Amino acid sequence: MDQNILIINLSDISFAYPGSSKVLDKLNLQFHQGDRLGLIGPNGSGKTTLFHIIMGLLKPSSGTIEIFGRQVNGERDFRSVRERIGLLFQDADDQLFSPTVLEDVAFGPLNLGRSQEEAKDIAQKTLDLLGLSGFEDRVTYKLSGGEKKLVSLATVLAMEPQILLLDEPSNGLDDNTKARLMEALSQLDLSFILISHEIDFLSETTDSICEMRDGKILFDEEVYAHPHYHRHPHGTMPHEHK
Amino acid sequence: MIEEPFSDADSLIHRLDPRLKVIFAILYSFIVALSSRFPTLFAALGFSLLLIVLARLNVQEVAKRLAVVNGLILFFWLVLPLTFKGKPLFTLGPLAVTREGVILSAQITLKSNAILLAFISLIASMSIATLGHAMNRLHIPDKIVHLFLLTYRYIFVIDQEYQRLSRSAKIRSFRPGTNPHTYRTYAYLIGMLFVRASARAQRVHQAMLCRGFKGKFYCLREFSMSLFDWTWSVIMAVVIFGLGVLEWTKIS
Repeated sequence: MDQNILIINLSDISFAYPGSSKVLDKLNLQFHQGDRLGLIGPNGSGKTTLFHIIMGLLKPSSGTIEIFGRQVNGERDFRSVRERIGLLFQDADDQLFSPTVLEDVAFGPLNLGRSQEEAKDIAQKTLDLLGLSGFEDRVTYKLSGGEKKLVSLATVLAMEPQILLLDEPSNGLDDNTKARLMEALSQLDLSFILISHEIDFLSETTDSICEMRDGKILFDEEVYAHPHYHRHPHGTMPHEHK
Repeated sequence: MIEEPFSDADSLIHRLDPRLKVIFAILYSFIVALSSRFPTLFAALGFSLLLIVLARLNVQEVAKRLAVVNGLILFFWLVLPLTFKGKPLFTLGPLAVTREGVILSAQITLKSNAILLAFISLIASMSIATLGHAMNRLHIPDKIVHLFLLTYRYIFVIDQEYQRLSRSAKIRSFRPGTNPHTYRTYAYLIGMLFVRASARAQRVHQAMLCRGFKGKFYCLREFSMSLFDWTWSVIMAVVIFGLGVLEWTKIS
């Protein structure tokens, strides 16, 4: 993959929810093909808002959005954006609305104009890829939290997006499910932006991490030396840690 | 919330094409509801019981559901014989129990039970998702089918939200009583539920837009009628015809 193709180019994006101060303030973001970008930041710092602006679910009050080299404005432009960028919502219950898993995963491909057979086939393959074979006829609301998350990811992947926007995918998952998710993400060889509060999860899954604060994105590449305090028996003896 | 205790068994009735079961259940309940002669009603009740036996349902669960409806019917038995005009059968002090009132109550009882049993064996023996698919394949308008399926999907989420809210009231020592504080709290609770449901609806819609939703839903389930299904549709047609004959010609 060519590392230099600019895919998402946001410049001077500002956004405020009615009745509150600015969530995004002249934000700039350049995202290239092949990037795996982690976003971290306090609650309410505008991370989810940023994703919704990229998908055209929210309209910024000012600034320009260029995606795949073209400026996008209205609903019609964003419709084609949504065919190539997949958004994984924070709450899986928002994403899964069909009665059965297979139908939910096939929903995207059908909307993209695939035939029923093709859509079923894609859905099946996607489920296999995520280790969810045998889930086809399960009822979506009866899945566990972790299963819901993985099926949500399948619904997004089934559309074969070029980029994924992942909104706190590891939230509320146990270590086991989190590991499955990480494995799936590293297997995929996709570009993505990932929001998380867990710096460890971010450093394992992404190549670069930036912080959102005061409505802006801060890149901080500097390496900081920092002390750790820990205790164990014989701690006074000189020793090394891996 | 909503349990489907009858849907995951395996029996002759469970293997029938869901579309056939939906159509028959509707026609059958119309004919039973329109009938008034006792031979017809008893025959219908007998056939409904046969369906329950064939579906091999848990008798206790079926009885529990019947009890709910018959509890309501009990009120008819208390009121109708006393209030319906007609020949008095016997008198209870100043009140006369009329023959017509007793007959009407008996008809209502037989009809309700026959229809209910048929619905339990035919409709409740499929999952809600299957029922939705069958409705879709029977060309019931998309909007109704999806309203039905989405309601079913999100009623659980709304119930969870309600449980969460009421739990959070409980852990802060909220004890309902007959006072303004209780009314206000319940009003807040319900109001919050509406707010959350509407916010949820908005997020679900956004998620659908992100997946290219253009206002059309797709149904992937295909049904096909087997020889077994055709045999049964003939049996069902005969039953409906037979009930019609019993009701509207004077053989008995």
